[in-house]
Parts: sequence; structure tokens; C-alpha cells
Amino acid sequence: MATLQSLKTPIKELGETHLLPEGTTFHDITESISRVTENPAPRGWWLLFIPALALLGVMGASIAYLVTVGVGVWGNNAPAYWAWDITNFVWWIGIGHAGTLISAILFLFRQNWRTSINRFAEAMTVFAVLCAGIFPALHTGRPWFDYYLFPIPNQMDIWPNFKSPLLWDVFAVSTYLTISVIFWFVGLIPDLATLRDRSKSLLRKRIYGFLALGWRGSHRGWQHYERAYLIFAAISTPLVLSVHSVVSFDFATSVIPGWHTTIFPPYFVAGAVFSGFALVLTLLLIVRAIFGFQHIATMKHLELMNKFMLATGLMVGYAYAMEFFIAWYSGNPYESWVFLHNRLGFGATDHYGNWGPLYWSYWAMVGCNVIAPQFFWSKKFRTNVPFMFVATIIINIGMWFERYVIIVTSLHRDYLPSSWGDFTATPADMLLYLGSFGLFFTLFLLFVRWIPMFAIAELKSVLPHAHPDMAELTREEKAGASSELSPAPAE
Amino acid sequence: MTENQEKRPALYLAEYDSPEALAKAAMRVRDAGYQKWDCHTPYAVHGLDEAMGLKPTKLGVISFIAGMTGICLAILMIWYMNVYDYPLVIGGKPPAMSSFPSMVPIIFETSILLTGFGTLFGMLAMTKLPRHHHPIFESDRFEAVTDDKFFISIEVEDPKFDLDRTRSLLESTQPSHLELVEEAA
Repeated sequence: MATLQSLKTPIKELGETHLLPEGTTFHDITESISRVTENPAPRGWWLLFIPALALLGVMGASIAYLVTVGVGVWGNNAPAYWAWDITNFVWWIGIGHAGTLISAILFLFRQNWRTSINRFAEAMTVFAVLCAGIFPALHTGRPWFDYYLFPIPNQMDIWPNFKSPLLWDVFAVSTYLTISVIFWFVGLIPDLATLRDRSKSLLRKRIYGFLALGWRGSHRGWQHYERAYLIFAAISTPLVLSVHSVVSFDFATSVIPGWHTTIFPPYFVAGAVFSGFALVLTLLLIVRAIFGFQHIATMKHLELMNKFMLATGLMVGYAYAMEFFIAWYSGNPYESWVFLHNRLGFGATDHYGNWGPLYWSYWAMVGCNVIAPQFFWSKKFRTNVPFMFVATIIINIGMWFERYVIIVTSLHRDYLPSSWGDFTATPADMLLYLGSFGLFFTLFLLFVRWIPMFAIAELKSVLPHAHPDMAELTREEKAGASSELSPAPAE
Repeated sequence: MTENQEKRPALYLAEYDSPEALAKAAMRVRDAGYQKWDCHTPYAVHGLDEAMGLKPTKLGVISFIAGMTGICLAILMIWYMNVYDYPLVIGGKPPAMSSFPSMVPIIFETSILLTGFGTLFGMLAMTKLPRHHHPIFESDRFEAVTDDKFFISIEVEDPKFDLDRTRSLLESTQPSHLELVEEAA
């Protein structure tokens, strides 16, 4: 009888391999991952951490400047009231989505290779959502009144408008952040216990011990724990799809040509996963090089991620094409104008005979998002580390341009030529965006330094002999074949 | 704990090197009819539910109830705030439950949020965590449970526990190490 075990054995003839190099033991995994938190940080870590801290300072300064002077320090003005701030918000939140996809959706599909990247990707989600939150919070103009967004009594005696997609956003993003943090923490409990048990100093033992909640690896606990993990995966999957759908509703429910389109929710979700995978891979390549984790995040993992980027890149490319089809098929002259003039930049000049001034951003987007990932059809490029590092950065530049194109090129040419305007970013725009990288990388580098950056317990469970073959053991026991054990004592 | 403090036995702790050895031993302890015992593993070993004779977890029930509570609370909140206490007419949508579709996203998100909290606190309650003090931590060898060793513990509170008989049962499963863990009386 073909047992489950034999189904899990890789077929050598097909070129299948184990997820981790052959002969990896449980202790190897514990040792190589915990070591990072116990040894002094390598020089590469400091080389990244110091600039990250400096950028965090830039963020603090630019927020202080914005709050003191007012939101007018940004370039947003009539008619482009949304510009870099909302672009950055959508970009950061989109990046977070890959983390949830890896930790939840791939878990439901039993893609065991995710265990090498999920911890990482979940941390990235949490930090990216924090960065995203800064922008709309400041864009309200008076951030100290942001509590009006929540359904709590305020001095105006009025409640939030629950019919507004902007309020849906508040609920979607704050729920997303909360659930991501919980999911991440629950996944961390057994690994924090590993660090606790390895601690040499009392302080480490106290801190990790406190956070590990007294975890004893008990199977009665694992049983509930595994079910909780499954439930988190099951609720995070619709949640992550809903978050970027709700973000896209901010645009799709308005009547701005270029925004008012039903393709937005799936288009935004695909784009989010695309850019998120790119950033996970950028970070993974950096960390892999600094800490030497080539045996845990193997070429096999990198190649699978590149395939994901190719697939989502194609979806995004399809959505770009479909937008043009709908602009033509709807017969709406405003819609066609936006796409031909504002985005493509040719085919329709304005009444001065000028091309759309921001057409270059559309072409930057297509070049980065549609053309760059096509190289991943070839295995040579999918397994070339320097190439994929550059490609992931290009993809994220492209995804930033995608949001910029959607937001600014649609807004800066309104229905009436009298309301046309232009948008120019100011230094305050740029510094805050730059500063948000400081927040992200500071948190991320602290995470890789002090928290197990790979899921230790989960990696152990994907080793070839991690699970006993219960059918076999039961049969042996029935047949009395487990003779290597001495007979059980009589009562 | 100082040396001259009085101690009393808390549990037997048997150590194994492989998940197979653990599962075989677990089946034997299960068949001997113990109740207050447990397996301790570095990761969730699949198949131990069966080897230990555990019933499936009921955590899903808690999560489901929490999720349904979220739906009800969200409907109640939106109705109270936008329909009853301060009716808002926006976008030609009437301030009544007839504008229900526009409430769905928030109802959905609230339900997910409460399911998440329900699952977290339900899981902690069912696993009886956080519990930072436990006699099992008195064993130095137990530190390897989060690394690469597998343990079975049988507690003295178990009605079938007997210092000699339980010991010989565990010895018959050929553990790589067996100890009686004591705690301060």
C-alpha cells in the first residue's frame, strides 16, 4: 500500500528535491537560525542599520515640518488633491499583501516551501502596513483629529459615515494590521520558546520567556495551536483580498475617468502581490547574503518566487490592456481621453497641441512591470541572483509608478480644461517617502537581529522524517511486530 | 529553590530521540489508560492526535461564535450611529437598512477582527497559556524540547499514577532518558 510517506518522497527522475538540503537535522535548523540572535551582528547589518536609522530621523523631521507648517508643504493642490501621499499609501499597503499571501494562502494550498520565507514575509507585512498608515493619517491635514475616523464619540456629536469607501479603508487597514500582528505573534510563540531555552543570560531568558508565554511544546497545546493557525490562515485569505479591494474602491466608486472601473479590485490585488513578492525577494537576497542562509532559502525557493512574479506580472499586464479595451468599448470620450492623452501621451493632443505631460510615467510603469518580468520565462534568469535582485527593485519602482499613474494622471486633467492643472512633487513629499523607508528598514533590521527570522518549528516539520507514519505504526502494533519494545508491564 | 527545601514528585519525564519512538511510546501510554499526560515536541508532530487518543479540538466553535458576534455588533453599530442616533443621507442613499450593501465591507472587516481575537484568546484559554511556571521546567534536559528532543510527561495528579508502575511502563517504551521531576512542596 502506498503510504503517505512515499507520496511525500521527491521523485528523483523528475528532478524533485527535498525542500532543505539532504541530511539537515532538527538541531541544524535550531542552531543556524537562533545563532543570528545570539552572536554579535555582522558588519553588513550595521552597514544597513545606520543609514536606516538616519532615514528614520529624516522621517521624524519631515513629519514635524509637515505638522508645524501644514499639509501645504506637499505638492498636492487643485486639481491633484491626491498625489504622492496616496501613491505611497497604496504602494506600501500593496507590499504588505505578499506577506499574507505567503503565510495564509500558500498555507491553505499546502505549499510547504513557504516555511522558508513566511516569517520574514509576515514581518514585512506588519512593517509595510505601519509605513502605509502614516500617509493617509497625515493627509487628513490635522492629524490630531484623526480619531474622528473611528466610531467613538467626539465633540462634534457626529458619527463616521459608514457608506464611504474611505471609512471602509480605515476599518480594512486597521483590521489588517491587527490580524497580521496576531498571526505573526502566534507563529512566533514556539520559536521564542526555542530562544528562551537556549538563553545563557538571565535577561534574555526573562524577555524571551515572557514573550513565549510559558510554551512547553505540549501536544495538547499544539493541537489547538495548529487549528488556530489554520483559522488565522482561513480568515486572512479573504481579509487580504478585501483590503486591497477596499483600497481600490477609494478610486473605483468615484466618477473620475481612469478611476471609475470595475476591474480595479482584482487588478489591485494582483499588483499588490506582484510588488510584495518583489520586496520579499529583495529583502531575502540581502539577508541571505549577510547572514549566510543559502541552505534555508535555497535557489529552489528563489526560483518559485520568480515564477510567482512572472504570473502576477502577466495578470497586471492583462489588466493594463483591459483598461484600454474598456476605454474604447465603453464609448466614453472622457475615458478614452484619459487613456490616450494622459497616459499613452500620443494620439490625442490637448488644445495647445501638447502631449499629456506625464506620459513618461505610464511608459516607465509598462517597462518595469510588464517587460522586466518577461525575462523570468527563462530558467537562466530565474536562477541568476544579481539579475533577480535588480529585477525586484525595478518591479517595485514600476509598481510605485502604477499608483502614481492611476492617481495623478487621472486627476491632473479634469473634465473642464479650466480645471486643468499640473502636479509637481516638493522636497517634503520626497523626504517623507524616503523617510518611510527608514521606518521600514529600522524595524526590519531589528527584527532580523532579535527575532528568529525563519520559522524554526515549521521548518522542522517539513524535514523528510518529521512525522511518524501512523498507519504503519498501528499495523505493527496490531501484528505485535513492535518487538524492539519490551512488553508493556501488566497492571 | 534551595537544596534543603522539601520536594515532592510532580511528574515523570521520558525523553526520546525520534518522533517514531515518541509515537510508539504514546500509543502505549494511551492504551494504559492515563489521562493527565502529554507529549512535548519541537514542532507539531502529525499523527500524535491518534497516538494519544485525543479528540479533535473545538476551537473552531469559539472562532465561529466570535465571528458571528462581529457581524451582529457591526450591524448594530452602523444602525445605531448612521440610522438611529444621527441619520446621514449621503449619495442619495436612505438612512435606513435599505442601504445595506454599503455596510457590507465594514460588517465583513469587523467580523474578521472579532474572529481573530476569538481565535487568539480561545487558543490561549484552551492551551492554558500564558503559564510561566510549571514543574516541568525544573528539568534541565527539558530545554531540548524546543530543539530536537521528544518527551512524554505523566503527572502525579493522574488517577493511575504510581511511582513504580508508571516508571516501569515508561521504561518499557525504551526512552533515551527517564527522570522523576520534583517541585517544591
